[in-house]
This record gives sequence, C-alpha cells and structure tokens, in this order.
Amino acid sequence: MSASGQEALLRVEHLTMRFGGLTAIGDLSFTAARNDITAIIGPNGAGKTTVFNCLTGFYKPTEGSVILTHVDDKQFLLERMDDFRISQRAKVARTFQNIRLFAGMTVLENLMVAQHNTLMRASGFTVTGIFNSPTYARASHEAVEFSEYWLEKAGLVDRADDPAGELPYGDQRRLEIARAMCTKPVLLCLDEPAAGLNPRESEDLNRLLLNIRDEQKIAILLIEHDMSVVMGISDHIVVLDYGVKISDGSPAEVRNDPAVIRAYLGVEDEEEAEVVVERAVAAVAKKPARAKVAAKKSPARKKGVRK
Amino acid sequence: MAEVPKSTNVMPEARSIAAAAIAKDVLFTAVIAFIILGPIVGLKTFAISGSLALEQRWGLVTVFVAIVAGGRLAYHLLVWNKPQARPSRAISAPVLPFMNYAKYIAPALVAFAIILPFIPGVDRRIVDLAILILTYIMLGWGLNIVVGLAGLLDLGYVAFYAVGAYAYALLATIYLPAWFGDGIVPWAFFITLPIAGVLAALWGVILGFPVLRLRGDYLAIVTLAFGEIVRVVLINWSDFTGGPAGIGGIPRPSFFGLPFIEGEGGFAAFFGLDFKPIHRIIFLYYVILVLALFTNFVTMRLRRLPVGRAWEALREDEIACRSLGINTTSTKLTAFAIGAMFAGFAGSFFATRQGFVSPESFVFLESFIILSIVVLGGLGSQIGVVVAAIVIIGAFEVFRELNFLKAVMPAGFDPVQYRMLAVGAALVLIMRWKPRGFVTRREPSVVLKEKKAIPTDLVAEGHG
Repeated sequence: MSASGQEALLRVEHLTMRFGGLTAIGDLSFTAARNDITAIIGPNGAGKTTVFNCLTGFYKPTEGSVILTHVDDKQFLLERMDDFRISQRAKVARTFQNIRLFAGMTVLENLMVAQHNTLMRASGFTVTGIFNSPTYARASHEAVEFSEYWLEKAGLVDRADDPAGELPYGDQRRLEIARAMCTKPVLLCLDEPAAGLNPRESEDLNRLLLNIRDEQKIAILLIEHDMSVVMGISDHIVVLDYGVKISDGSPAEVRNDPAVIRAYLGVEDEEEAEVVVERAVAAVAKKPARAKVAAKKSPARKKGVRK
Repeated sequence: MAEVPKSTNVMPEARSIAAAAIAKDVLFTAVIAFIILGPIVGLKTFAISGSLALEQRWGLVTVFVAIVAGGRLAYHLLVWNKPQARPSRAISAPVLPFMNYAKYIAPALVAFAIILPFIPGVDRRIVDLAILILTYIMLGWGLNIVVGLAGLLDLGYVAFYAVGAYAYALLATIYLPAWFGDGIVPWAFFITLPIAGVLAALWGVILGFPVLRLRGDYLAIVTLAFGEIVRVVLINWSDFTGGPAGIGGIPRPSFFGLPFIEGEGGFAAFFGLDFKPIHRIIFLYYVILVLALFTNFVTMRLRRLPVGRAWEALREDEIACRSLGINTTSTKLTAFAIGAMFAGFAGSFFATRQGFVSPESFVFLESFIILSIVVLGGLGSQIGVVVAAIVIIGAFEVFRELNFLKAVMPAGFDPVQYRMLAVGAALVLIMRWKPRGFVTRREPSVVLKEKKAIPTDLVAEGHG
C-alpha cells in the first residue's frame, strides 16, 4: 500500500526550520495518506522531532506550509495555528519522546482530560455543568465509556484507577497513545513510541497501532528508531538526514535505497565528503548554511550502525 | 562457613567506635555553639549615661551551650542511632485506613460547625474566633484553587480580599445610598456580595493576563508585587479610598432587612426574643459558614468538571495540556478569576463584620498566612485547609490566652509578642516532618471501579 494511490491527508510543502544559523529542517516536502502509517526515520539529530514540533504547532516553521485536509475537504494550514488549536480544530494528536502523562492523576483522569473540549461544551463552559445538568451528566458518562473503550484497546482497564505515574514504562507509552486517541484525532503523531520497550511490549504496541489504522481508520505519523517496528507496520517511509529528505517510498524501496544505507551504516571519509557535497548541491544548493551543518558531521555517526 | 562467627565480634567494637564518634560530635557541637552564642549572648551592651557599656554573661552562655550539647547527645542516643525500619511506600493500597474515616470527618465537622453557637459554654469570644477561622478557611479554599489545583503560586492573594472589602465599604457607605436612598442600606450586604465577587474576579483576570507566561519564582514575585500595588494604591488614593485612615461606619449586616437593634423593627423584637448583642455575632457566624461551605461546594464540583480537571492537568504538565487541545490561557485565567472571586466574597464579609476597613488589614502577612494554610494543609486538599486554618489561626489566638506564662517568666514577658516566632517554628517543624502538608492524599475526580487515593509524592506541585 503506497502513498501515491491514496488521497493525501497531510501535505508538507517546502518545510524549513532554522534556529539562528542552524537549519534543522531544509526544504522538506512529503505527503501522508489517509489510512496509512507513515514513518519518519533518520539518524539521531536528523530533525525528526523538529518536524513533529512544526506539525503540531510547538514550533512555528521558518518557511513552508503544512496542509491538513479532513474527509469533508476542510483544510487547515497547521503552520499558522496555535498548538492547542491544532489538536482542538484540526484534530492532530501527538505523543512525546519523553512521556508526558499527568503522573498524579489516575489513568482514567488522564483520558478524561483528553476529552476536555467535548466535555467543556457539554458542561456549558462550566455554567450549566456546575448544576450537573442532564446534558453534562450524559456527556460525562459517555466520556467515561469512551475512555474505557480505549483502556481496553491499550490493555489498561485493570489499572484505570491507579495513578498514571505508577504504571510500568511500557504501559505509560500505551496510555499516552490512548490519551491522544481520546481527543478523537484524524492524524496521530507518535514520537518514538517504541523507545525503551522490550520485544513483547513492542509487539503489543504494533498490534495497537495496526488496530488504530485498520479499525479506527486513523492515519498515523510516527518517528521511530526501532527498525522492526518501522519496517513491520509502516506503509510509507520518509527518511531524513540532516533535516533533508534522502528517501521516500514503501518500506521495500527505502530498505534498498543506497542513500539510506549510506546514512545509516556510514561510509568512508572520502566517500562521505562526496555524499555530503552531492547532497548539498542537489537538495539545498540555494541554502549555503546547509553545507556548513553537514560538514560538522560527527565521526560517531559513521560507526553508529542502527538496527 | 568458618568465617561466620567473626560477625559476632563486630557489635561491641562498633559500639565503642560509635561512642567515640558521638563524644567527638557532641564536643564539636558545643564548640560551635560557644562560638556562635559567645558574642551574641555572652556580651550584652547597655547604655549608661549616654555611653555604651558591656555586660559579660558567661554563665548564661555555659547554660545554653550545655543545652545544645545535651540536645545533640539526646538526638544521638534516641533518634539517630535507632535502626530505622524505613517503611516502603505502599503502592496505593485499595482502601487506605485514612480514607476509611475520612468519609465521616467532613460531615462531622459541618454538623459541629452548625451547632457550635448553641453549645453550652460557647460565648461571644469563641464565636468570634470561629468566625475568624472560618474566614481563613474560606480564603484558604479560594487560594487552593489557584495554588493547589492549578499550581500557580500566588503571593498576592490578599489583594482580591482587599478589592472585595473596599467594594463593599464604598458601595454600602457612599454609592448605594446615593443611588437608591437610605432604605437600601440594610440590604447592602446581600446586594454587594455578588458585585464584590465579580469585581475581585475581574481583578483576578487583570492580574492573570500579564503573568500568563511566567512560571514559578517569577510568577510568585509578580503576584507579590501586585498585592503590594493594590495596598499602596489604597493608601495613596485618598479621595476615593480614604487613604490610610480607611473607611469607617460601614453598615452592619441585617437579618434580611431586619437590623440587629434593640426595640421596634429589630431582629429580636420581630422574633419575640430578648435583645442580645450576640444575635448579630451568631448571624455573622452563619453567614461566613454558608459562604465557606459554598466555596467548598463549588470547588468540589469544579474538580469534577472539565475545567477543574484541566487545572490539575495544567499543574501536572502544561505542554501535554496544550497537545490535548486545552487552551491553557483561558484555563489559567479562570483559575485566577474564580480564586479571586471567593476572596472578594470573603473581603465583603470582612468589611461588614469589622465595620471598618483600612489598608492595614491587607498587608503581605495576610497573603502569607493564607498561603501557609494551603501549603500546610496539603496542596489541593480541602480538609487539609480546615485543619491548617484551625492550627495556625488557633495558635495565634492561643498565645493571647497564655497569661499564666507572665507569672512564670521574668517581668516584661508578653506571650503575644512571641506568637509569630512560635507559629514560624511550628511551620518549620511541620514542613520538616510532613513536607507535603497534613493531607498527603489526592482524591481522584472520577472513578471507574474503585476509588484509590493517590499519594502526593506522585502529584506535581506546579511550576507556576
């Protein structure tokens, strides 16, 4: 299932993010299709999380546009929206590389907070809710049921009333995904969901993600280091290196792309210099800052053979 | 296996080492105490015919040093050397013993509060003290929304109290009679109460806007400054606020239009009772009780509403809140506004009770006391605020009663002057032993199967 055949949910066009003189993302364009799992991979420092932060409004990109199209053809220009409005209106949910749960609140409360905007409307922005109006009581009951549904999906229903901070690491990862799903998104952005998971937890996670794609029909955009996760479940992979896209296609295509192999397995010095120059000329010839950044490539990266 | 007996020899040896170490430590403590106390206690200056003379008091120094060294030794023998069985934190046991009787504490307290004025032996002094404590409980509950739930450290809370008090004072003495005639005066309190709340909430929003992007220490400093600004404006805007002299002659509350006066048309005559001044005090007591319970009821309800959960989520992690589509700006502003509103109500009550307001009543110390009540009670805990208010305000008042100490202590000793010292020491001690306040459990706002309390060491304190 490749991206080309499907309608694009998310279109990223010429996305550029500069921090002072450092170009974290240079002229990145890709699309993510509806009902696809799109993975963004790349070595450390390739700018993957920066892409995520641009998509979810935590950074304002220097250049470029990010267009999200709902099924009803409603378009959202994400680069112009506040972070919370992206979740509220455009329905893009995200998780974080370092898990950000509400540790002192119960698992169920975490999921209830995610349904804030629905419940806020039902509670008449607190005015009628304070008298426990029937509308709010019903909405509140439905929200608990919806949370329970996601707790079952994430296998956490037995721990619903435990504080989120007491869950084991793998459960916290799944809870964060369940919490993001409770915002009823059209696109779920996961920042390294498999980081720190053991193989069994990793498998649970894959099952959960495939379920989200196939049953919920929700597109997933994910950043991942763990190749078994990426190759196993992705429909479409975008490879970044130094903020520049070096490959884009199905898992099979990406796996055999020489540029990806070079970036991941490392190359000899002379060869690398060639690659760097080549890339700088080809991809970002118009931006001299790129060559400078690329030249700083640390030796450790060449040895860093990743799975 | 042969080496096992060795261990039995270790004990006496270890003891003697410990004894030597303790002796050394105690001696060291004594030397340090002497170095510190020598100049401070040992040398006393006094004025003699226009010049300073020095009095040496080495005997007193010796006594003090002995006390310090003795205390250190006692600590060694009684506290530090004991093998401490560190209890591992129970992982949220389903039903905590505390929770078992906690269910009955709140209703019991409310019932007690309702019958308090009619308990035999309860005189005006006790009811007055109860009114004072209830006022602080209400302020504590109001501040708890801002500090305990939303995690925004507010050191200028008393400003909203002042706004409420001045709103009532000005409206009741000048504006309402001018607009609607004198007939309105007995009703002034009930008319002004909501207005005072709204005005205080408005000022809460006004304070909230500039501090939205501030966190932690910076937020604390700005709120502190805000509190002082309000007080300084009250002092200096003499035309409007009466300046340092304040506003006097504020109408006392009436029993829904029936004033508490002797004779025809008064409360006592209407109900066929003998006139007693305490009727008014008891009425005031019930007014503040109702206001405080209202504050508590609203807060408890809000915790179960999305806005309350958003406050708590904001305290836990602001970035995660934003990623879930929560407008953190309006969430913070509602916390400031609602917290301030309750301070406005309490301020109105304060003005009608005192009959007089002046900037003197709204100094930083008041903010500090209210914040101490919240922190001491356990951030976010409603019942904790009650306990802490009783302890702190009660302690202040108890010191007025310790007149027997005057007989024991040297002449010129006045226990009232030591009350801040004692309360300060108590705060330090309580924070040392119960760093998260009296109540260290957070109750979940929604439950799927069974309610489990959350230990507060998991709960964030907020970053401002």
